[in-house]
Amino acid sequence: MTELELPPIDYAAIAPILIMLGAAVLGVLVEAFVPRRLRHPVQLPLALLAVLAALTMVVVNADKRVITIGVVAVDGPTLFLQGAILALSAVALLLLGERAVERGGAFVAQAAVTADSPEDRRQAENAGGAGEVYPLSTFAIGGMLIFVSANDLLTMFIALEVFSLPLYLLCALARRRRLLSQEAAMKYFLLGAYASAFFLFGLALIYGFTAGLGDRAAGVDFATVNAAVANSTASPVLLFAGVALVAIGLLFKAAAAPFHVWTPDVYQGAPTPLTGFMAACTKVAAFGALLRVFHVAFEGARWDFTPVLGAVAVLTMLVGALFAVTQTDIKRLLAYSSIANAGYLLVGVLSPGSGGLSGTMFYLVAYGFTVLAAFAVVTLVRDADGEATHLSRWAGLGRRSPVYAAVFTFVLLAFAGIPMTSGFTSKFAVFGPALEGGQVWLVIAGVLTSMVLAFPYLRVVVLMWLSEPGDSTPTVAVPGGLTSAALVIGVLATLVLGVAPEPLLSLASSAADFVR
Amino acid sequence: MTYAQAAPAETVSYATADGLLSSVWLLVAIPLVSAAILLLLGRRADRWGHWLGVAAVGAAFLLGLSYFLGLRGLENRSVQLSLWDFIAVGGLYVDFGLLFDPLAGVFVLLITGVGFLIHLYAVEYMAHDAGRRRFFAYFNLFIAAMLLLVLGNNYVMLYFGWEGVGLASYLLISFWYTKPAAATAGKKAFLMNRVGDAGLAIAIFIMFATLGTTQYDEVFNGVGALAGGTVLVLGLLLLLGAAGKSGQFPLQAWLPDAMEGPTPVSALIHAATMVTAGVYLIARSNIIFSANATLQLVVVSVGALTLLIGAIIGCAKDDIKRILAWSTVSQIGYMFLGVGLGGAAYALAIVHLLAHGFFKANMFLGAGSVMHGMKDQVDIRRFGGIAKHMRTTWLTFAAGWVAIIGIIPFSGYFSKEPIVEAAFAREGWTAWLFGGAALLGAGLTAFYMTRLFVLTFHGPKRWTEDIDQPHESPLLMRIPLILLAVGSLGGGALLATSVPDWLTSTAGLADTEEHHGALPHLAIFFLAQGVTVLGAVLGWLLFRNGTATVPQPAGVVVTAARKNLYTDAVNEAVFEKPGIFLTRALVYLDNRGIDGIVNGLAAGIGGGSGRLRRLQTGFVRSYATSILTGALLVVAAFLAVQAGWFA
Repeated sequence: MTELELPPIDYAAIAPILIMLGAAVLGVLVEAFVPRRLRHPVQLPLALLAVLAALTMVVVNADKRVITIGVVAVDGPTLFLQGAILALSAVALLLLGERAVERGGAFVAQAAVTADSPEDRRQAENAGGAGEVYPLSTFAIGGMLIFVSANDLLTMFIALEVFSLPLYLLCALARRRRLLSQEAAMKYFLLGAYASAFFLFGLALIYGFTAGLGDRAAGVDFATVNAAVANSTASPVLLFAGVALVAIGLLFKAAAAPFHVWTPDVYQGAPTPLTGFMAACTKVAAFGALLRVFHVAFEGARWDFTPVLGAVAVLTMLVGALFAVTQTDIKRLLAYSSIANAGYLLVGVLSPGSGGLSGTMFYLVAYGFTVLAAFAVVTLVRDADGEATHLSRWAGLGRRSPVYAAVFTFVLLAFAGIPMTSGFTSKFAVFGPALEGGQVWLVIAGVLTSMVLAFPYLRVVVLMWLSEPGDSTPTVAVPGGLTSAALVIGVLATLVLGVAPEPLLSLASSAADFVR
Repeated sequence: MTYAQAAPAETVSYATADGLLSSVWLLVAIPLVSAAILLLLGRRADRWGHWLGVAAVGAAFLLGLSYFLGLRGLENRSVQLSLWDFIAVGGLYVDFGLLFDPLAGVFVLLITGVGFLIHLYAVEYMAHDAGRRRFFAYFNLFIAAMLLLVLGNNYVMLYFGWEGVGLASYLLISFWYTKPAAATAGKKAFLMNRVGDAGLAIAIFIMFATLGTTQYDEVFNGVGALAGGTVLVLGLLLLLGAAGKSGQFPLQAWLPDAMEGPTPVSALIHAATMVTAGVYLIARSNIIFSANATLQLVVVSVGALTLLIGAIIGCAKDDIKRILAWSTVSQIGYMFLGVGLGGAAYALAIVHLLAHGFFKANMFLGAGSVMHGMKDQVDIRRFGGIAKHMRTTWLTFAAGWVAIIGIIPFSGYFSKEPIVEAAFAREGWTAWLFGGAALLGAGLTAFYMTRLFVLTFHGPKRWTEDIDQPHESPLLMRIPLILLAVGSLGGGALLATSVPDWLTSTAGLADTEEHHGALPHLAIFFLAQGVTVLGAVLGWLLFRNGTATVPQPAGVVVTAARKNLYTDAVNEAVFEKPGIFLTRALVYLDNRGIDGIVNGLAAGIGGGSGRLRRLQTGFVRSYATSILTGALLVVAAFLAVQAGWFA
C-alpha cells in the first residue's frame, strides 16, 4: 500500500452521497433565503429530485466494484443497499411531505414554542409545518448512504452520527402530542449517544488489536482488521471485547434486544411519517453496516461471534413477538414488530456465505415497503386531536372505511408472513440460507416466534372487521396525493415481492459480493 | 382383499400440462376473483353478491370435472403446470406451479362439488344475516385457498393454501362476532393450528436443508437417499402439521369449539374439506411415510387413538353440532389410520374421506335445517319428534345416519370397513390392537349417531315452551340436502369401486398385494356389521323414549367423556396457563403501552412502588441500565467464547 499518496477519488462512485449531502446544504440555504410560503413547494421537490438523481447514479454505478479514498467501498451490497435506502426514502419523503391530511403536515411549525401553551395550540391549528424537515432528512439519507458503504470503522462512526443527529431532531418535531414527541427525541438522543460511546470504545480496542500486526500499520479499515483477526499477536481479549462493543453500537440502531428499549417509546412519540422512515431506512442502514462489519472485517472470527449474536437474535425475536401480544397502541405494536423483524434479519446476517447476505438484503427492501405502507395508514386514521393510535379506537374500522381497513389488513398479513405477501418470501429468503448454513436453532426460533407474532396482527384484523364501530371510532382522513402514492407503492411492492419475488432475489443474489 | 406394506416406489415424474389442462390455474383464479369482487364492491354487491359466490364455485366444479375427464385420456395421469419461478436463487428453487393428478383431482371434485351445494344452502341460511355478502366473500376465499392447497406441485404451494384456509377458517369462525364464544373459539382454532403450522413450516425448511428442493417429484425421488432419522423427524413434523389442521390427537380440542361459526361453515370447512387437509398432506407424502416403519406406526397410533377419543366423547355430548364435530374428529381418525397403514390402504382412506365429505356435510346441513326450524337451539335433549314436521330433513339425515354407521349397503360400509380390514392385516399383535380399536370405534359410532338421530327426530317432544311447531326449511335449503343424501347413500359403492384403482394408477404408488391378516375377510365382515347393529340397537332402545332434559349424575367414564376426556384440562395446563401468566408478566414489564382494564391488572400485580423495577418504565435511566446490563452480558459472552468455555 502506498503511503501518503491518496488514491484518486472516484467521484462517480460517491456521487449518490455527494448528491444527497449537496441537496441537504441547498435545503438549508432554501430555508434561509426563500420566503416562508414557498419553502415547502421548493423543498419537497428538491429533496425528491435529489433522491431520484442519487438513485440514478446508483443504477449507473451498477457494475462498479471499487474502494475509493480508502474508506468508501462501492460494491454489490453497497449499491443494492444504497438503492434500497433511496427507494424507501423516496416513499418516506412522500409521507413526510404530505400536507393534505392535516393542515401544515405532521410537523410543528416552530419547535421552540412551549408545548401546550396557547401559542402552541394556535400554531397547531394554523401554521404550516417546519421546512427544516427536508434538509434534516436529506442529511440523514446522505449519512445512511455513507454508513452502508463505509469501509472503515471510523468512517462508519462518523456516518452513524451524520444520520443519527438529524433523526434525533426530527423526532422532536411532531405537531400534536408535542411533549410525547420531545420526550421521545430526548430519550433517543441520550440513549443513542450512549450507544455511540460503546461503538467508539470498541473501535479503540480494535485499533489496539490491529497494532499486533507485525508487517503493516495499525488501522481500523476492514482489510487491516480482517488481517489482524487472522494474524495479530495482540491479546484476543482486545478483539472480542472490541467486536462486542462495536456490535452493541450497531445493534442499538438495529433495535435488537436487549438494546431495543428505546424503540417503543421513540416509535410512539415521533411523528408517524418519521417513524415510518426510521423503521424502513434506519433498519436498512443498520443492517447494511452489520453485514459489512461481520462479513468483511470480522469474517475470521465467525465461529466465535455466531453463538453470541445468535442468542441476541433469539432474544430479539422473543421480546418482539411476546411484547407485541400485549400492546394496545398501534404504533407500539408496530415497534415491537420491528424489533422482532430485527431478530429475523439477524438470522440472515449470521448465515455464512452469499445466501444469507442476499436474503437479508431482500428482507430489508421487502420489510421497508410494507412498514411504510403500515405507517401511512396510521397517519390516516385520526380524529379531531390528530392520529388515533389506541387500538380500541380502531374497532370496526372495516365498516367505516373498508378500503383502508383492507389495505391495513393486507399489510398486517404480510407482517404475519402469510404466503402471497412479501412477508412470507422474505422470511423464506433468510431462513433458507440459515438452515443451509446449519443454524437450525435460529430457524426454529424464527418459525415459532413468527407463529406467535401472527396473533397480535390478526387480533387487529379481527378488531377492524368483526367489531362494531364504537362512538369513538375515528374516521379515516382522505389522503392527499402523496400519501396515496406512498400507500400504493408500499402495497404493490408487498404484493409483487410476495407473488413474484424472483427478479429482486436475483438482483440481491448477484449483488451479494463484498469487495475486500 | 387385504393390503400390505408398499413396495419401494418407482421414480415419480409428472408430465407437462398442455391443451385443456394448461388452464388448470382457472380453478384457483375464479373463486379468488369472485372473493375480491365481493370484498371490493362492498355494499353495492349486497343484492346479488351471494349468487356470484355460488356461480364461481359452480363454474370451478364444472371446470374441475372437465379436467378430471381430460386426465383419463392421458398416459401419465399426472400433469403439472409451471406458472412462474417463485424463488430461484442459488440453491433454492421454488416453482409457482400446479399439479393435477388423480389425488388432486378427486379433492378438487369434492371441494367444488360439496362446496357448491353448501354455498347454495347458505344463500337461504344466511338470508337474514346482514353480512351475507362478506360471508360469501370469505367462503370463496376459502375455496380458492383450499384448491391451491391440493393443486400445488410443491410443499411451499401447499403451505400457501394451508395458511390461506387457516386464515379463512379463523375469519369464518369469528364471523358471528357478537357471540363471545365465537371469538374465543376463533382464537383457539388459530392458536392450535399455529402449533401444527409451525411443524409444517419447519418440515419444509428441513426438506430444503437436506434435499435442496420442495418440488413433490424431487422430494419423493430423493427421500430414499436420506438418513432414517431425518426421514423420521421430517415425517413427524409433517404429522404435527396434519394433526393440527385435521383435529387429531393431541391437537383435537379446537375442532368442536369451531362449531360456534355459522352452520354452513361447519359443514364446508370443519367437516368436508379443510379438516381433511391433514389427510391430504399425509396421502400426498405417502412416499415419505412409507419410507419409515416407525413413522407409519406413529400415524396409525394417532389415528386409532383419535378415533376412539372422538367416538367416546361423541357419546356424552348433547349439542347436536358438537356431537357431529366429535364424530368428524373420530372419522378423520379412521382416515389417519388408513393413510398410516401405507401402501394401497391409503387409497381407502381417501375413499372414506370423500364418502365422509358427503355424509357429514349432509348431516351438518341437516342439523342446520333443524336449528332453522327450532329457533337456533342445539340441545338434542330438547328436540324429539321432529320427524313429522320436517320430513325432508328427517329423511336426508337418516341417509347420513345409515351411511356413517356403515351398514351394508350404504356408503360407510364401503369406505370404513376396508380400513378396519386393512388394520387387521398388519403383522403381529398390532393387527389386534389397531383392528380392535377400529372395530370398537365402529360400534361406538353406531351408538352415538343413533342416539343423536333418535333423540332429535323420534320419541316424545321435549321442546322448550317458545316453540309451537318446527317448520321445514325452504326449498333452496332442501335441494342440497337431497343431493347430498343421494351421495351419502350411493356414493360409497361408486367410490370404492373406482377410486382406489384410479388413485393407485398414479406413478409412485405401490400395487395392491394380497395378504392374509389376523382374521379372515368374512369374520371381519360379520364382526363389523355385528358391532354396528349392536351399537345402533342399543342406542335405539335406550333413547327411543327420550331422555331427561337436564344433565344426570353419571359415573366416572361418562363424566370424563362430558369433559372431553380431560383433554381441555391438559391443553389449559400446557398452553393457556403459561400464556396467561406470560401475558401478565409482560404487562408488568411494559406498562407504558397498556391502560384501561389491562392496566388495572398490572397494578394489581405490581403495585405503584414496583414501577421502578419494571423494564419498560419510560425512564431513560432504567433503559440505560438495561442496555448496560445487556452490553456487559454480550461482552462477557464474547470473552467466554474466546476463552473456550463453550467449546
